[in-house]
Amino acid sequence: MNWRAVRAIYLFEMARAWRTLLQSVVSPVLSTSLYFVVFGAAIGSRISEIDGVSYGTFIVPGLIMLSVLTQSISNASFGIYFPKFSGTIYELLSAPVSFFEAVLGYVGAAASKSIILGLIILATAGLFVPLHILHPFWMITFLVLTAVTFSLFGFIIGVWADNFEKLQVIPLLVVTPLTFLGGSFYSIDMLPPGWQTIALFNPVVYLISGFRWSFYEISDVSLGVSLALTLSFLALCMVTIWLIFRTGYRLKN
Amino acid sequence: MTRRMPPIISVSHLSKTYGSGLKALNDVNLDIERGEIFALLGPNGAGKTTLISIICGIANPSAGTVSVDGHDNIKDYRAARSMIGLVPQELHTDAFESVWATVSYSRGLFGKPANPAYIEKILRDLSLWDRRDSRIMTLSGGMKRRVMIAKALSHEPQILFLDEPTAGVDVELRKGMWDVVRTLRDSGVTIILTTHYIEEAEEMADRIGVINKGEIILVERKAELIQKLGKKRMTLHLVEPIDVVPASLAEYRLELGENRDELIYNYDSKANHTGITGLLAALRDAGIRFHDLDTTQSSLEEIFVSLVRG
Ligand SMILES: Nc1ncnc2c1ncn2[C@@H]1O[C@H](COP(=O)(O)OP(=O)(O)OP(=O)(O)O)[C@@H](O)[C@H]1O
Ligand SMILES: [Mg+2]
Repeated sequence: MNWRAVRAIYLFEMARAWRTLLQSVVSPVLSTSLYFVVFGAAIGSRISEIDGVSYGTFIVPGLIMLSVLTQSISNASFGIYFPKFSGTIYELLSAPVSFFEAVLGYVGAAASKSIILGLIILATAGLFVPLHILHPFWMITFLVLTAVTFSLFGFIIGVWADNFEKLQVIPLLVVTPLTFLGGSFYSIDMLPPGWQTIALFNPVVYLISGFRWSFYEISDVSLGVSLALTLSFLALCMVTIWLIFRTGYRLKN
Repeated sequence: MTRRMPPIISVSHLSKTYGSGLKALNDVNLDIERGEIFALLGPNGAGKTTLISIICGIANPSAGTVSVDGHDNIKDYRAARSMIGLVPQELHTDAFESVWATVSYSRGLFGKPANPAYIEKILRDLSLWDRRDSRIMTLSGGMKRRVMIAKALSHEPQILFLDEPTAGVDVELRKGMWDVVRTLRDSGVTIILTTHYIEEAEEMADRIGVINKGEIILVERKAELIQKLGKKRMTLHLVEPIDVVPASLAEYRLELGENRDELIYNYDSKANHTGITGLLAALRDAGIRFHDLDTTQSSLEEIFVSLVRG
């Protein structure tokens, strides 16, 4: 293992986040605060409690997931796409670095950034609504799993994309709708029965449900199912990465 | 007893067809000797960059193998790549990072422990020390190229590829870079460079390879190449101008200089029979006297052009 290379990539990517602090931290925190003001305070006061927690408190786990998900994807996809775009990828390709080490560096950094971001948003939420976390261990587990899984997913998108449009299209057309419809702002059983069934095909529902359970012990689906589905998606991403590694797809001529 | 060392890079039966169907390399065989400066010449699109990219692991070969100091560059890529530093042709640099950060990053990527003193030395050698904290995007093109050289040297490679290292670098700095290259060679680094400046190859290289349309058409020691293929030109400075070249000298196809006080004779220096003795005798018989003569050798550039055309 070339650990020095993993470390070099990791630190390089973390430094990039530091430089773009405004974009990587300030803007997600700001938009989350806006959600709290609009949904928590203004609209939330007119919505009755859901499963015994106030609406403002109810949406916290979903909002954190929303940011962690989108930031993981955008961080990791940009991290590997940009060197391809600028041509600096030549160095990575000519270095004694295995594909696995590169993934570890890039995905590790992207996941770290979104975990830190998730915790910052959690702290921000604490300023607006009373928070209690019943299962901190599971909360962290879901946070880390989600960050890693979607950073892997983002890495795949970054490798696959050969222009900026492709880089944006999946987050925009697939991920954003799925997260908004994934139960960030409502409990699935608030939906009409037909839509409830459709919602169960949305993987994000399981993530948010599990994450919310770790806070309040309220969930749309059972913890085991949430965990199993999250792990399956993680496994799927890993297999895809492995296939890319086998073929050198879109990294080499 | 002197024994030839095995080549440090051995390319055998290498072919490359790009996805577009274009055959960029066709059965290339090439050995690079340890410690030499090898210049690869060839017109645009000849396949120089493709060859370098495959050796360095940036592109996959369609057929053939590359061995770097005995390590297959695919099966044993870590050992092979650790030895190689690459300065690519295109200016691919980060934009927002500092010079120091990007050069240190390269060293880490190649698995070497941090060594600030060494990085400092490289940056000083390449006249970049004063700009070490500058963001790369604020540097000029020539400076960026030197940053790329610094990155390639950061991990102390034993083999250095320079794909047109001096394109866009001013004359003074180019001389400075040649000095850096020579110093590296003296410290035992093998250097492979491509260039379109023939005088650069002529000045720097120990051996020269010429590639055209994906095929290596010649590999030769520089001196031998110039001698072997070199046409020579002899100029005779006449004591008295003449109006026409006498018919008795027709077989030598002499040219008369502008002021009609010079006779120019072109001959092949590698030929057994250069015709010089005969020419001089014929001149004496024709009563033409000269007070001086000199010979010049054709440059690599002329050789190169005739090779690629031929
Ligand atoms: N990524 C690519 N995809 C398809 N064709 C390519 C690619 N890269 C190079 N080629 C083609 O392969 C041939 C060799 O290109 P290469 O860059 O190796 O030439 P070169 O000798 O380095 O030329 P130059 O002196 O202009 O740098 C050219 O015809 C070029 O168009
Ligand atoms: Mg080239």
